[in-house]
Amino acid sequence: MTMRAQPGGRASSAPLLGNGTEPTIFEMSVAGRSAYQLRTTHIPAKTLEELVPSAHLNPDVVPLAEVSERDLVAHFTRLSHRQFAVDLGAYPLGSCTMKYNPKFCDSVAADPGLNSVHPGAPAALTQGWLRLMVDLEEKLCEVTGMAAATLQPSAGAAGELTGLLLMRAYHEARGDVRKRVIIPDSAHGTNPASVTLGGYEVTTIPSDERGLVDLDALKKVLGPDVAGIMLTNPNTVGLFEEEITEIAAAVHEVGGLLYYDGANLNAILGVVRPGDMGFDIVHMNLHKTFATPHGGGGPGAGPVAVAARLAEYLPGPKATKLADGTYDWVQPENSIGRVHGWHGNAMVLARALAYIDVHGGDGLTRVAQHAVLNANWLRHRLRHVLPAAYDRPCMHECVLTASAFKQQHSVKALDLAKRLMEKGFHAPTVYFPLIVDEALMFEPTETESLQTLEAMAQALEEIAVEAAETPDLVRNAPTATPVSRVDEARAARQLIPTEDAAQR
Amino acid sequence: MADYLPHTSEEVVDMLDFLGLSTLDDLFAHVPAALRLSQGLDMAPGLSEPDVADIFAEYTSANEATLANLVCFAGAGAYDHEVPAVVKMLGSRSEFVTAYTPYQPEVAQGILQAIFEYQTMISRLSGLPIANASLYDGATALVEAVNMAAGSTGRSKLVISAGVHPHWRETVRTFAQGTGHELVIAPLVNGITDWSAVDASDAAAIVATYPNYLGFLEDLSVPKSLATQNDALFIACGDPVAAGVLKTAGQWGADIYVGEGQPFGTALSFGGPYLGLFACTEAQIRRLPGRLVGETVDTEGRRAFVTTLRAREQDIRREKATSNVCTNQTLMAVTAAIQLSYLGTHGLREVATRCAQGARYAYDQIVALDGVSAVSDQPFFREFAVITSQPADLVLERLVADGFLGGLSANSLAGTKDGSLADPTHTLLISVTEKRTKAEIDSYAAALAKAVK
Ligand SMILES: Cc1ncc(COP(=O)(O)O)c(C=O)c1O
Repeated sequence: MTMRAQPGGRASSAPLLGNGTEPTIFEMSVAGRSAYQLRTTHIPAKTLEELVPSAHLNPDVVPLAEVSERDLVAHFTRLSHRQFAVDLGAYPLGSCTMKYNPKFCDSVAADPGLNSVHPGAPAALTQGWLRLMVDLEEKLCEVTGMAAATLQPSAGAAGELTGLLLMRAYHEARGDVRKRVIIPDSAHGTNPASVTLGGYEVTTIPSDERGLVDLDALKKVLGPDVAGIMLTNPNTVGLFEEEITEIAAAVHEVGGLLYYDGANLNAILGVVRPGDMGFDIVHMNLHKTFATPHGGGGPGAGPVAVAARLAEYLPGPKATKLADGTYDWVQPENSIGRVHGWHGNAMVLARALAYIDVHGGDGLTRVAQHAVLNANWLRHRLRHVLPAAYDRPCMHECVLTASAFKQQHSVKALDLAKRLMEKGFHAPTVYFPLIVDEALMFEPTETESLQTLEAMAQALEEIAVEAAETPDLVRNAPTATPVSRVDEARAARQLIPTEDAAQR
Repeated sequence: MADYLPHTSEEVVDMLDFLGLSTLDDLFAHVPAALRLSQGLDMAPGLSEPDVADIFAEYTSANEATLANLVCFAGAGAYDHEVPAVVKMLGSRSEFVTAYTPYQPEVAQGILQAIFEYQTMISRLSGLPIANASLYDGATALVEAVNMAAGSTGRSKLVISAGVHPHWRETVRTFAQGTGHELVIAPLVNGITDWSAVDASDAAAIVATYPNYLGFLEDLSVPKSLATQNDALFIACGDPVAAGVLKTAGQWGADIYVGEGQPFGTALSFGGPYLGLFACTEAQIRRLPGRLVGETVDTEGRRAFVTTLRAREQDIRREKATSNVCTNQTLMAVTAAIQLSYLGTHGLREVATRCAQGARYAYDQIVALDGVSAVSDQPFFREFAVITSQPADLVLERLVADGFLGGLSANSLAGTKDGSLADPTHTLLISVTEKRTKAEIDSYAAALAKAVK
C-alpha cells in the first residue's frame, strides 16, 4: 500500500543522539555540597548518642552523593535524554504492549486524594479507595468473563504464581494431589519459573506447524496428575488458539484447570473473553493492556481473576461492598493469604480504572480492533522483506523471521533490530518466542498512526537493502545512539554492579 | 467516542482494503464465532476525561485519611516523608515513566545508569556488595530472600522473628504453600525477639528485623550467631531510613538485606507501588532474584551499562530460574536514587536523626499520659508501641475528630491470633517522621490524653 499523498500526517519517531558519557552522580559529588531542605520542627535536637545506644549506631558515615539541586536536575535530565520511551516514538516491542499512556491517567495517580492515603488507615477513612478497588475488580471481571479478582499481585509474574497457588488450593481442598502443569514450548519464561515456585513440575508440549497448541500432543500428556495448563491466547506467536474450546474440554476432562496468561489480552478486549473460552484463572498485566506506564521496568500490576468456584481461595483481605452500601476489607473464606505487603500497586490500579472508564465497553473493543488491524497491516506490508513465521492472520502482534538474512548475508535478527533503533524506532522483541528462528516480534499497538507504521516499514526496507549491500553497517549498528553495542560478556565476566566495585 | 486511536475512518477502510477485508470484525474471522461476544462488553460507554475526573472526585472525596485532612502518625512500613518538588518532577519525566525494561542498552542508558547508581546506594546502605535493580515491595523481597536461602542451603525451614512485619510474615507463609517451606516463629518477649527457645537446627534462614515492626531495636548478634551455629543464612530486614545512621545489615553479619524502599521518594500511595530493596553477599550472586545492572564498555571503549548475569533469569533458565520476577519496580528505584542524591550523605543522616528525635519527644509525652503505657523499655528508633486503656481502634477513631491519623492498631496489622503481642487490640503503633513539628506532637499528645479516657 502506498501512503495517501495528502498534506499533513508526517510521521516522526525520534532517534536518540549524542555520544558523550554522563558522569555518575558519585563522580559529580563534592564533599560539603548539598541540596536538601527540611521543615522547621522546633523539636529538641538531641544527639543520636542520646537517642540510641551506641551498640546500635554505625561508627561510619554511609557516603551518598553530595550535589547541588542544579546538578541533580542536570544529571537526571541528561540521563533521561539517553533513554528511549513511548513518549518519544514507536516502541513495537512484542509481548510488551507499549502503547501510548494517556496523561490523564497519570494525573489521576498524582491526586493527593488517592496518593496521600496511608495503606493502614482504617477502612472507614478510606472508603473511596475501597470503592475504587471494588469497581475496578468488577470491570476486570467483565473484561475477562470471570467472577471475582484479587488486585494484590504487583506484576504479571506475581499474578502467575498467585494463580498457581490458587490452583493448588483448589485441588488440595478436594484432597486431590496433582504434580504437573502443562506449558507450550512457546510460553514466556515467567510461566515455567512460576510453575516451579508453585510447587509443580513443568511438562512442555510442542507447538504444531501452525504455531498453535498441538491438541494430540496435549492429550498424550494429560492425566489425573495434571493440575492444569498455562496458555496465553492469542499465544506468544500472536496467533489465536482456534481449538481453545477443545483444549479446555480436554483439560477439564482430567480435572485440570486452565490458566490464562493475560500478557496478550489487548488483542481480544471486548471481542472474546478468557472465561468464555473455558479458562478458570486469568492474570492481567495492567501495565500492558490498560496503558499504565511501564516505568523503565515497573511498576506494573497483575490482578488475577477467577471463575466462581475459585473465589473462596483468593488472596485477602479484599475490598468488598457490604449490604449497607459501605465498604470493608473481607478475607475470602479459604484465602491463600496475602501476596503483597499491602493492597497491591494501588496507584497503578487507579490509572487502569481511569483508562477503562475513558474507553468504556465500546472503546475497549476498538482498542483490540485497531491493535489487530495495525499488526496485520504491518505483517502484510513487510511480507516481502521479513516473512511471518506462520503465514496466517495474526492478532495484536506478528512474529517475523530474519532467517533468510542470516543465511544470505550473515545478518541476524538482532542486527536488524539494532539498526532500526538508529532510524528512530525502538527495536521489536528479538529471539522470543524461542520456537521461531531469528524471531522479530512486532507489536505496533493501536496508538501508532498509519504514517508511523509506514515509516517503520520503509525503515525496515532500507535496512533490508543495507543488509545486502553494506552488511557491516547493519552488523555494527547502532553507532549514532548514546552508546554503541555494549560488551555484555565483559559485564558478566568482570562484574561491576556498583561504583564501589568499579573502584576496586 | 473518547479514545486515543489515531486512524481516520478513511484510513481504517484503506488498511482493511490492503488486507483484503471489509470490516474490522473480519480481522477476527478465525476466532470461533461461538466464542465471540456479539454485543460487546456489558460496560458503560466511554466518557471524556473531564467526565471521568468527576467520577474520580467522588473516590477522592470519600477518602478521609488524606494528609491534607489528618496529621499522620501512622507508619509500620509506610511513612509520611517529605518528597520534594525536584524529586517528584525528575521522577515523573516521561522518558523514565514510559520506557520498558532496558532490553536494548544502546537506547536505555538513562534507566540503566540510574539503576547502577541506585544499586550502589543500596549496597552502601545495606553494607553488602550486591544490590539488585528492585523487587515489588518489602514483603515480596523477603519471599525472594527466603527462596535464596533455601536454594543456597538445600533446606526448607525458616526461623522468623515475630518482630517481622505481620504482613511480611503472612506473605512468606502464602508463598510457602508452593515451595513447601516450614515456618518457625520466634516470639516477642518484652517487645523484642526471644530466640532462646527456637529450634534452628536444619534452618535455611534466620530472619530478623531492625527495628522490628513495633519500632524496637534488637541486638542482631543473637540471630546472627544462631545462623552461624546452624549453617543457616542470616536475613536482616530493616528500615532503610534507619540504615542512614544505624549499623548496617552487613555490619551485623547478614547474608541478605531486605527492606521497604517507600521512604525514599515514594508517596504513601495506599500501599503501592512501593520498592523492594534487596542486597546480598557475593557468595549468593548466582541466585540473585531479578535484574542486575553492571558496568561495561561499548565498542568504542566508552563506559556503558547493561543488565548482566542474565543466565539466572526466567527468560533463559525457565523452570530452573532462581525467581520468576520479570517486571519489577524500576521507576521507584530511579526515584529512590534521585531522592537519596537530593538528601546526600548528610541529608539522609539528618532525616534519620530527626525521626529519632521526634519519636523520642513524642514518646516522652505519651507514656506520661494516664491510660497509656509503654509496651517495653527497649530502645526504639522512629516508632514505638504503647498500650492504651481503651481499644486502639476506638482511640484512633476519636483521634480523627481532632485531625489525626493517630497511628495503627496492632490488631489491624497482626490480627488477634498473631500471638506476637499480649494484647493487640489495645496496642497502638505510633510513628514520627521528619515532617512532624513540635506543635503537631504536642496537640497529638493532648488529643490522645482525651482519647484514651
Ligand atoms: C507472555 C508474557 N507472559 C508473562 C509476562 C510477565 O509479566 P511481568 O513482566 O509483568 O511479570 C510477560 C512480560 O513480558 C509476557 O510477555
